[in-house]
Order: sequence, then C-alpha cells, then structure tokens
Amino acid sequence: MTAITAIHTRAGRLLAGLLLLATALAASLSLGQTNLAPTTLMAALTAFDPSNTQHLIVADSRLPRAVIAGLVGAALAVAGALMQALTRNPLASPAIFGVNAGAVFAIVVASTVLTVSALSQLLWVGLAGAFGAALLVFGLGSAGDRGPSPLRLVLAGAAVSALFMAFTQALLVTNQQGLDSVLFWLAGSVAGRSLDMVYPTLPLLLPALALSLTLGRAINLLASGDQVAQGLGQNVVGLKLLLGVLVVCLAGTAVALAGNVGFVGLIVPHMVRSWLGTDHRWLLSGSAVFGAALVLMADTLGRFLIMPQEIPVGVMTALIGTPVFILLARRGLNHG
Amino acid sequence: MAKSLRVRAGPLAFALPGRTIAVTAALILVVAAVMLLSLSRGTVAIGPGTVLQALLGQAEGPEGFVVNTLRLPRTVMAFLVGAALAVAGLILQALVRNPLASPDIIGISGGASVAAVAFLSFLAPQLGAQWLPLFAIAGALLAAAGIYLLAWRSGVTPARLVLIGIGLSAAMGAATTLMITLSPIATTMTAYIWLTGSVYGSDWADVQALLPWLALLLPLALRHARAIDLQEFGDTLATGLGLPVQRNRLLLLVLSVALAGVAVAHAGAIGFVGLMAPHIARRLVARQFAGLAPVTALIGGMLVVLADLVGRTLFAPLDVPAGVFVSAIGAPFFIYLLFRQRF
Repeated sequence: MTAITAIHTRAGRLLAGLLLLATALAASLSLGQTNLAPTTLMAALTAFDPSNTQHLIVADSRLPRAVIAGLVGAALAVAGALMQALTRNPLASPAIFGVNAGAVFAIVVASTVLTVSALSQLLWVGLAGAFGAALLVFGLGSAGDRGPSPLRLVLAGAAVSALFMAFTQALLVTNQQGLDSVLFWLAGSVAGRSLDMVYPTLPLLLPALALSLTLGRAINLLASGDQVAQGLGQNVVGLKLLLGVLVVCLAGTAVALAGNVGFVGLIVPHMVRSWLGTDHRWLLSGSAVFGAALVLMADTLGRFLIMPQEIPVGVMTALIGTPVFILLARRGLNHG
Repeated sequence: MAKSLRVRAGPLAFALPGRTIAVTAALILVVAAVMLLSLSRGTVAIGPGTVLQALLGQAEGPEGFVVNTLRLPRTVMAFLVGAALAVAGLILQALVRNPLASPDIIGISGGASVAAVAFLSFLAPQLGAQWLPLFAIAGALLAAAGIYLLAWRSGVTPARLVLIGIGLSAAMGAATTLMITLSPIATTMTAYIWLTGSVYGSDWADVQALLPWLALLLPLALRHARAIDLQEFGDTLATGLGLPVQRNRLLLLVLSVALAGVAVAHAGAIGFVGLMAPHIARRLVARQFAGLAPVTALIGGMLVVLADLVGRTLFAPLDVPAGVFVSAIGAPFFIYLLFRQRF
C-alpha cells in the first residue's frame, strides 16, 4: 500500500514504475503459447530441472527473451531521453542518429554477401554498423563552418537512414535467401535469442546505462542553455560528446540485439516527463524503468494477438507508439 | 523571342517567361534522347536507328518486339510515374511550405504500401493482380484522409500535417512489415520488390490505366496554379488576397495524393522523386507553378527512366528496381539540400 499512498511523490511514482516492471516481467515469463503457473515459474528459476519441459521453456525461451526485451527497452528509452536533451528536440530519437539503418545495413551485408549467419557474430556486425552510421551522421551534421545544430543532425540522420535503406533494399531484392532470414530481424524481434548472445554486450551496455543515470544533474544544467551551462563552469562540448557516444552505445547494442524496435526512445521519455517531471535525475531512471516495462509488455501482448503466430515486438511498439505520438504532435510537443 | 507567353484559355490564365519556355523545350529534347537511350540498351543492344525504325513499325524480326512490346511500355511507364510523383511533390512543397516535404514523408506512399501488401498477401490469389492499383490508390487516399483528420484542430497547419504524417507512416510501415513477415516467401518477394519501387514488367495495359489519371489531374493542377502560388506566401497573406485557404489546402492535398497515389499504385513506393525534381526545377526556371509544373514533370520522369535504365543494365542479368537508384541519388541530394539551407 505504501506505493499507492505515496504516489504523489516522485519516489512513489518511480516505485510504482518498478512494480509495473516487475508485473510485466512476471507476465512475460509466464504467459504465451503455454501459460505457466507462478509456482512452476518459481521452481524453474530456483530449482531448475532439465527434464521438465515447462522448466525448459522458461530457461531456453522465456527468460532470455524477457532479459533482452527489458535491456533493449531500458537502453532505447534512456538513449531517447539523452538524445532529446542533447538536441533540445522533443522529436529526437536514436533512430535519427542513423543507428538503426546503419546496423540493419551492416547485418544485411554480412548475412547476404559474407554469409555470416550466427546471431552472436551478427551482433558485432550490427554494432559496428551502428557506430559507422552515427559517425557519418555526426560528421555530416557538423561539417561546414557553422558546426552541429540539432536540426542539421536530424536531417542528416534522415538522409543517411534513407541511403542505407536503399542499399539494404538493393541487396535484399537481389538475394531472396537473405531476405527470408533477416526479415523477422528487420521487423524487430526478441524471439529465439539465447542468453549467450547477451553476455558479450553487457560490458558495453551496463556501464553505459549506469553512467547515463549519473549524468542527470549535468544534463539539467545543459538544458538551461549552452551559455548558461558554460558560464556555470560546465564543459559543454565534452558533455555533448559523451552523450553522443552513450546514445550510440545504448541504441547500437539494442538494435544489434533486437533489430528495429521503434518509438520506444521517442515516446517513453515524453510519458515519463509527464509522470515524473522534467528533472533529468528522475527522468533518466524513470525512462529506464518504463522503457523496459513497455517493451516487455509489447512483447508479451504480441504473443496473443494473432495466435498461434507472434507479432514481432518492433511492430507492437510501433502500433502502441503511434497513437501516443499523434497525441503529442496534436498537443504541439511543447515540453522537453 | 517574346519576353513572355500569356496563356488565356478559359480558366487557365498565366504568363510564362521566355526562359521557362526555352528550358522546357530543351528538357523535352533531353528527355527524348534519354528515352531513346533507354529503348536501345538492355540484354540486347539495339542501335538508335533501328529503335526509330521499330517505333515507326518498320523493324523486321525480334528488334521490333523488344522495342515496342518490352521496352517502350516500361520506359513510358517510368516516365509517367516519375512525372506524377514529381508534380505531387511540387504541390505538396507549396502546400506545407517546406522544401523538404515529399509524398513519401507525409504518409501517402505508406498508405498505398499497406493496402498493396495486404492485397498481395490476402487477396491477389483470388482476385488477380490487375486489382492491385485500385487497392493502392484507395490506401493512399485513406491514409491522406486519416492524416488530414488527425491533423485537424480548427484548421490544418503545415507543421502538424507533416508531424502526423511521419507518425502515421511509421505505424503503416510496421503494419506492412508485419504482413510481409507473416506471408509466404513468394508473396514476400513480390511485396518487397513492390515496396522498393519498380517498373519491371510494365505493359501497355498499365500505361493505359495510368494515363487517363494524369490527363485529368495535371490540367486540374494547372487550373489552380494561382492558388498554389499563393499558398506559399503563408496563411495570412493568402487569406488577405482572397484565397479560401483551408478549402484550397484540402483540394490541393487531394490533388497531390491522387497524383502520388496512382503513380505508387503502378510502380510501387519509389521515394525521393517528389523531393528532388521540384528542387532541380526551381533552380532552372522562375518560381511560378504554371511554369514549374511541366519542368518538374519532365525532370521527375527523366530521373525514373534513368534509374530504371541503370537498374536493368548495370547489374544484368539482375534487374535492380528503379527505386533503389532513385534513393541512391536522392539521399545524397537531400544531404546537399541540407547544406544549402541556412539554419
């Protein structure tokens, strides 16, 4: 009851978010083609029995899926919040850095031209593509004598994304085999991955998340304007550079793990802002919690809508995200 | 040469500067040359002389068949599709007063894509492929209507129109992806090529289906040349000059959607033509719709003819969809535009 009585405070609201996340996690682990009872779930997690089919479902399918969905959601939402602070543009999201298109292109090249098929290898290829595209976008957005401006970054991102998309399409229409194997991945999916795929990304993902969450105060200062922040002794250029690197690490890993999961980085920070306020110390941790919960719920819901088939999580987040986005666009996007 | 040509024919009234006329004439010659090149290149190379003979119905043997039955409808189709997309983009850019707007950005291609892929996945086996354009056009119109209604809040502002368009595009993209991932691989490939945009396999029936639309819509657009020019000045000034802004905005939007819709319906979601062609046209001739429209149409048509030509010759025997090359030129062009803008 404490969470509900204290829901007017920010701590209470964040706690409510954690409860939501826990519920979403439990639902993701227990619901699907086979619904598992809470006791079975607990037993599978605490006293794993390799001969029990239900335990195997949890260990081989549900748990990796839930872990990836949660990590991807948290990473994308935090990346989005950082991006919106960095560009002072409420419509900014990781996709704008060209991260998604770059990762997709790299993976399609690797799987069609170089015939790499192991997901664990494709992960690194995708990450490299994300970094490459982000560097290109940043270079284009800041070239010339006027330096990087938010709008130039956004537009450079759109153009580079379109270019990579065109190359990806060219490769796929000339290679039917490739299309079949990467399409589900293109749509954004957390199905069929193993935890072995996640471990190598953790040394990148977890420090980036942790570091992002400690930057709240500095970002608040940045939000009051470059000159104010500079006057108060902040190293504005250094901070912006750090934020850019963090966005690419977070979003790049997320895209490499799960493919195109859109809208999370865009809408979660907005929803959290209206729930927890504009202070980045709260906004960032709130984004992590609610982002993870949103992707977990989207993935779980996607298992039921067109049974026995599944809707990929990237499609689900887009379908959930669009109404929110339209509401934001109609309201005029005045905060952020 | 006269300084300008005045046109007064019923509702059509405008003055075309001499430079505009000269540029248009020159472009027509260039387009004719490009089309001739497109007719002569391919798996079998045919000399320009033979092509001309074939066009006049005097070629003996297989050349006549290759030129008249295989290449000519495809080339004409590429030109018409490019022209329609380009003019749709020109109208839209005036309408939303943003030089970076294009039909694919505000969701028209997205709507057509959803409908087309739904048709290919669920209905094509029963109904036959000839119904595809109809579904795509309906999808484009529905999407545009949805965007317009969602953007309406005691009037439609250009910024809201674009924002809602981008949002709805993403949702429609997700729905398209969903259908593609769930359908069998043969459908997937057809749908994916359609999404990239291709004039592969166009025949005279396609041309016959597209041409009447353009013959109807392009003169209609010219008729509203003055209103289109006024829209660019902004709501206050246009209203002051006696233009019913909201009513005109709706009408022009319908025109733009219809033009883009019929083009996308026949050739798939070719991007960037609607963005690029108007920009190139504006650099060549005066900023005035009646003069810009033909130049834009010629440039747009030429772009797609060239993209198709490159796609089917450069990587032969592969037939790379025209949409790929339009994007490959379009994206750098977009970046160039970006650098010329002063932010």
